[in-house]
Amino acid sequence: MTPVLSVRALNKSFVMHAQGDLSLPVLRDVSLDVAPGECLALVGPSGAGKSTLLRSLYGNYRPQTGSIRVQHRADWIELVDAEPRVTLDVRRHTIGFVSQFLRVIPRVATVDVVAEPMLRLGATLEDARRRAEFLLSVLGIPERLWSLPPATFSGGEQQRVNIARSLIAEYPILLLDEPTASLDVANRDGVIELIRARRDAGAAIVGIFHDVTVREALATRLHTVEPAGAPA
Amino acid sequence: MTGALLSARGVTKRFGGRTACNGVSFDLWPGEVLGIVGESGSGKSTLLNCLAGRLVPDAGSVLYETRSVGSVDVHNLTEARRRLLARTEWGFVNQDAREGLRMGVSAGANIGERLMAIGARNYGEIRGTASDWLQRVEIDLGRIDDPPTVYSGGMRQRLQIARNLVSSPRLVFMDEPTGGLDVSVQARLLDLLRGLVDRFHLSAVLVTHDLGVARLLTHRLMVMQGGQVVEEGLTDQVLDDPQHAYTQMLVASILPV
Repeated sequence: MTPVLSVRALNKSFVMHAQGDLSLPVLRDVSLDVAPGECLALVGPSGAGKSTLLRSLYGNYRPQTGSIRVQHRADWIELVDAEPRVTLDVRRHTIGFVSQFLRVIPRVATVDVVAEPMLRLGATLEDARRRAEFLLSVLGIPERLWSLPPATFSGGEQQRVNIARSLIAEYPILLLDEPTASLDVANRDGVIELIRARRDAGAAIVGIFHDVTVREALATRLHTVEPAGAPA
Repeated sequence: MTGALLSARGVTKRFGGRTACNGVSFDLWPGEVLGIVGESGSGKSTLLNCLAGRLVPDAGSVLYETRSVGSVDVHNLTEARRRLLARTEWGFVNQDAREGLRMGVSAGANIGERLMAIGARNYGEIRGTASDWLQRVEIDLGRIDDPPTVYSGGMRQRLQIARNLVSSPRLVFMDEPTGGLDVSVQARLLDLLRGLVDRFHLSAVLVTHDLGVARLLTHRLMVMQGGQVVEEGLTDQVLDDPQHAYTQMLVASILPV
């Protein structure tokens, strides 16, 4: 199948100016392709750069060289050095990201935190709220919490709110950074089901899953990320 | 024309021998919120005032795409035209609400005055719209006839925002809109601003030294140091993967909560 996400020769170092311009190479010549219906699991030792790669794919980190191309609506878009509004449009329509932590917006009700990405795509408030409530219930967030801001929720609850928010817009490409990290088994299985359904519906997924059960349930392919080591 | 709403090219402003703002260029697109961050004295407020036509730059130009007559050079307009533009298409939220409000007249009149300046004449409608806006910025309607002198700092700032947004501007300039407010008052104001910007698809240029404010409200950031833009990009890129030594220092200086 034709890929919708294509990475070529990606290089990323972090230069720490406060440490005498110390350069830490993290990604060296990373290339990969992901097609619809695939779930690529990034594997490799801690510190190898899996999260850095995932964040680069979302346009959050800025690689120095190489290419990240995504199928965005009818076009292919280059994300490395893309203009902010281009990256934002890709995030609005094409790429969803589930991080381990919810960046809480003060005073906004959980149901509206979840509904927001769908509203931005032009859905009515009613439709977006209904879909948000469905996802929250599948993910086991009790109804009495839906009208509260998630700031005071437990880590596991916040993570599930985050997952609901990232899945509501049905992005063609999903990036998952440890989506089940702080969940118990019952909730973990709910998350697996939702993500598997997105994959089987044709989403292209790249994820980091330390939990072997989750990885085996979701991954269709593994991609090993090698530590970049010392600068050449 | 590129389709940008506001285009700055080489904007430079000197005060005596000191260059407050040096060769700044950027395009602001419709619906974008651009943050300008940097420490006190980095030139960010000078730049904002040049963009908004309140200071005349020594070099460079600021182009604005108007609703009706196409692109205009902000600093080539007559004073009357520039004021009309500021009244009908722009808003300017000052850090000190006293500078952006008329302190001697009621809250309702502060909002209504803006409507009258763009042609509203029906008293009932003006008062109705003023009431709507007071509610939108979470001010109790029972306070509509009070002057802002008897308002708290947070309420004044919210009133200033209502006064600015009632005329449906396309572009809003904000200079440290949450500066000098208590943290809890700040959070409420930020949240309100965020909702209003989203709901009315406003474009905005926001000056702040608070990176948390920038994270919550802006799409893009420009980092200024000594009058120069040293780094720019998507807000989360700049804050999560800062490239320039000065930005790295700023981000590393955020106190954890």
